[in-house]
Amino acid sequence: MNMFNRSAAFVFGASLFLGSAAAQAGGTVEVLHWWTSGGEAKAVGELKKTFEAQGGKWIDSPIAGGGGDAAMTALRARVMAGDPPTAVQLKGPGIQEWAKEGALNDVDDVAKKENWDAVLPPALAGIMKYDGKYVAAPVNIHRVDWFWANPQVLAKVGASMPTTWEEFNATADKLKAAGITPLAHGGQPWQDATVFEVVVLGVGGPDFFQKALVELDEKALTSDTMVKSFDQLRKLRGYVDPSFSGRDWNLATAMVMNGEAGFQIMGDWAKGEFLAAGKRPGTDFLCAPAPGNGYILNSDSFTFFKVSGADRLEGQKVLASEIMSPAFQETFNLAKGSIPARIDVPMDKFDSCAVKSHDDLAAAIAANSLVPSMAHEMAIPRTIRGEFLDAVTNFFNSDMSSADAVKALVEGVKRAQR
Amino acid sequence: MPTRRRPAQWIEPHLPKLVVSPLFAASLFFVYGFIAWTLYISFTRSAVLPSYEFAGLIQYERLWDTPRWYVAIANLFIFSSLFMAGCTVIGILLAILLDQRIRIEGTIRAIYLYPMALSFIVTGTAWKWILNPGLGLEHVIRGWGFENFRFDWLVNPDMAIYTVVIAGVWQSSGYVMALFLAGLRSVDDEILKAAAIDGAGPIRTYYSIILPMVRPVFLSAFIILAHLAIKSFDLVMALTGGGPGYATDMPATFMYSFAFQRSELGEAAASAVMMLVTVIAIIVPYLYSELRRTGR
Amino acid sequence: MSRAAIDGIVRPKGARNKVLRVLLFFILGLFVLYYLLPLFVMVSTSLKSLDEIRGGSLLSLPRNPNFDAWGKAWQSACVGVRCNGLRPYMWNSVAMVVPAVLISTTLGALNGYALTKWRFRGADTIFALMLFGAFIPFQVVLLPMARTLGLMGLAGSVTGLIFVHTVYGLAFTTLYFRNFFIGVSDGIVQAAKIDGAGFFRIFFHVMLPMAPPAIVVTVIWQFTQIWNDFLFGIAFTVGDSNPVTVALNNIVNTSTGVKEYNVDMAAAILAALPTLLVYIIAGKYFVRGLAAGALKG
Repeated sequence: MNMFNRSAAFVFGASLFLGSAAAQAGGTVEVLHWWTSGGEAKAVGELKKTFEAQGGKWIDSPIAGGGGDAAMTALRARVMAGDPPTAVQLKGPGIQEWAKEGALNDVDDVAKKENWDAVLPPALAGIMKYDGKYVAAPVNIHRVDWFWANPQVLAKVGASMPTTWEEFNATADKLKAAGITPLAHGGQPWQDATVFEVVVLGVGGPDFFQKALVELDEKALTSDTMVKSFDQLRKLRGYVDPSFSGRDWNLATAMVMNGEAGFQIMGDWAKGEFLAAGKRPGTDFLCAPAPGNGYILNSDSFTFFKVSGADRLEGQKVLASEIMSPAFQETFNLAKGSIPARIDVPMDKFDSCAVKSHDDLAAAIAANSLVPSMAHEMAIPRTIRGEFLDAVTNFFNSDMSSADAVKALVEGVKRAQR
Repeated sequence: MPTRRRPAQWIEPHLPKLVVSPLFAASLFFVYGFIAWTLYISFTRSAVLPSYEFAGLIQYERLWDTPRWYVAIANLFIFSSLFMAGCTVIGILLAILLDQRIRIEGTIRAIYLYPMALSFIVTGTAWKWILNPGLGLEHVIRGWGFENFRFDWLVNPDMAIYTVVIAGVWQSSGYVMALFLAGLRSVDDEILKAAAIDGAGPIRTYYSIILPMVRPVFLSAFIILAHLAIKSFDLVMALTGGGPGYATDMPATFMYSFAFQRSELGEAAASAVMMLVTVIAIIVPYLYSELRRTGR
Repeated sequence: MSRAAIDGIVRPKGARNKVLRVLLFFILGLFVLYYLLPLFVMVSTSLKSLDEIRGGSLLSLPRNPNFDAWGKAWQSACVGVRCNGLRPYMWNSVAMVVPAVLISTTLGALNGYALTKWRFRGADTIFALMLFGAFIPFQVVLLPMARTLGLMGLAGSVTGLIFVHTVYGLAFTTLYFRNFFIGVSDGIVQAAKIDGAGFFRIFFHVMLPMAPPAIVVTVIWQFTQIWNDFLFGIAFTVGDSNPVTVALNNIVNTSTGVKEYNVDMAAAILAALPTLLVYIIAGKYFVRGLAAGALKG
């Protein structure tokens, strides 16, 4: 070893030492998530960067697969072992379920100091709290009820973006006649359920959505409106190409991008795909809210688990504060295609679809037409959501009648509640 | 020295038991203890995490009230009978063919055997492509000019379970082939010659002389295949994810999704108990006959 | 009957009957295609560029084969926020598999030996009860095992994972060795006992030297099972100590961004390479070991 190498090694060693000494200043977090690639991984990378800039130590535990199912398996094992991660990508009523088991820590002192109540939509703030205290921090707001379309394809049949389901069906029939797949769709239960809830919002409106898919009111579930929703879903089934089964949603988005298909019905994470491929909203792809005059809310959040030790507790607090900082909310959501969970973040860097989402959100809060997503675990516990997914996906993949589907759904919901 | 030998002498006759007992204790705890735990959980309302408050048979009532569970059971029967039959028939056929003194036997045998080395996490994607009508075999064969060729089982709820069989047989039949090949190799050439002198044709020789001689191999193959069939989880997850809809759900995937996706630990435990009962029904008679045959 | 006829019926030595011979190779060849198809798709896809994959056919050969995807999968593919490829996880798997295979095989050999050559009362019952452990679905033991590991202070560690694989591997390793040792004449052990050899002396100097066929079969089986495990890997390890199957899953199972099929396939083959090599190199001994009785009965 020559002099230079030796001194380099010394500097390296010293920086390691300094690094680890500094790590304790910002605490340590171990983050369990399933954002393992593309824009999502980049977004998590942003969080890691800002956290480490505060002098903290970040331990990454990514587990992909099944929209977080594999990660949930790991989470249960970790909690059972008495060694939970510091923060977990966990959302919706799932937060309450874990809180009830006494598995969470609250970060209420951070939330109070930074006045989270004033900057979050009340419906969302309620989901983040247990027993009046914040146990989770939201990173974004996704809107679920979007139509995505390829303008060139629509132009081929002389159509514009539909505003009602009747218009949608008419345009889809024209596309089909022209030999183009009208609807790009991936046959996975959660995607079937996503399309289903968008249809329910369009057919029944936000009040009906709230009654049927959130409050699980039996009258609403068995109503004609529900049967009509299934009828429309059956129509959509006819607009899908033959090999849709098991396809990932981003491949369906690619079909719209490449002009193989006219539409996709998907949340605005699809926009992240368009943007990542260098497409521009308005010219290369179109976004428009699906019919129904509502806003189906989906939000990702990090939930804080019961860890101990000053280092980890400190890490939790620093992370909570980082997640809610306007700067992070802006960079993260620019990368992911969603809009900030904080309503006070300036939208001037965002694209037209995001601005639309932001404006509609404010309008929906005012008009009381904001509803939480059933398909994306914002509305109902996982047990009941599972029954919805079973019923909807079974309907979509068979030739079951709408009346039978309603019957199966109601029975499923009752069984899950038993 | 004599004083130091005494404890060794005392310990020597007990050594076999001393070696076996910790291992046995571990298996009592980690197998039977955990089964007992699961059994107990199936009598509770456990949801997100285990709870220990006794709640009777409610989870079993809910389980047998779930249409998806019936699909899972039906699939288990379809899959395991076809899978086991397929592997056994192909395994025997290939073993007999390979037993014909073939020069490149080593290479062929390695090709037949390698799928067992791969997990379905590895091969699942390739199989999904091959079976997908838009990308795989259907697409390719149509490209060759057979416009009416159809192979869309993967996306057809009534047929999807058979694609799981195809991939399952692909993975395990080579292993069964190796078992039978090993069995055939242990049959003495003299016996074959004697059979031929008696005027037995090749089919009869195999059917009524050689195969009965390798009867123990059938049992080993049965046990290995039965346990693969009941445990089949990776296979379904990687190939169809239980879909289309839940058309290819099996008890193992049902249990997993109820325990970990749905937060229905209690009902999942009930389904696990039903699985274990099935395992017992298959394995115990085998163990019994096995121990009687090799017993003292 | 003539010698020629005898040889022609079963296990013929040469090309006695051309038609049958052709048929034989035809059938064998068909099955070769069936078994090789997925591997072919994986290898050829991993050598193609993304454009070629999108535009071309599944079964076509790569036009400009290159190993770019392999390099990326090995050292720069992103798993979460780290972009080091599969390489670090490969070592995790090795560090887990080697001790787990060694320990479970040794214990299985000792167990099989004690249960067959030192038959004490209840030995068969003990064996039957232990063997049942081979058939327990692993999803069932996940949560109680997590709790136990937590209490033992092994949660989230490689040691914990080795422990789990050893415990659940015991049933199969004991089965293999028991079935092998049961075919070994008791007389050998008796003779050694008369010579004054004790339990361990007989094990190391008499039984083990006879046991390579059983060892090969057991090691191959355990190595494959443990290397390919995914469920225990996600449940009992944390981030950096994940085995390669978990990392592979993270690379392959992503649903955002452009799906790099060639990298996915290259990563899959890389993750499978060790088990594949074991089967190819040791395959001959595997069949011999089976024939020697390791899996009879």
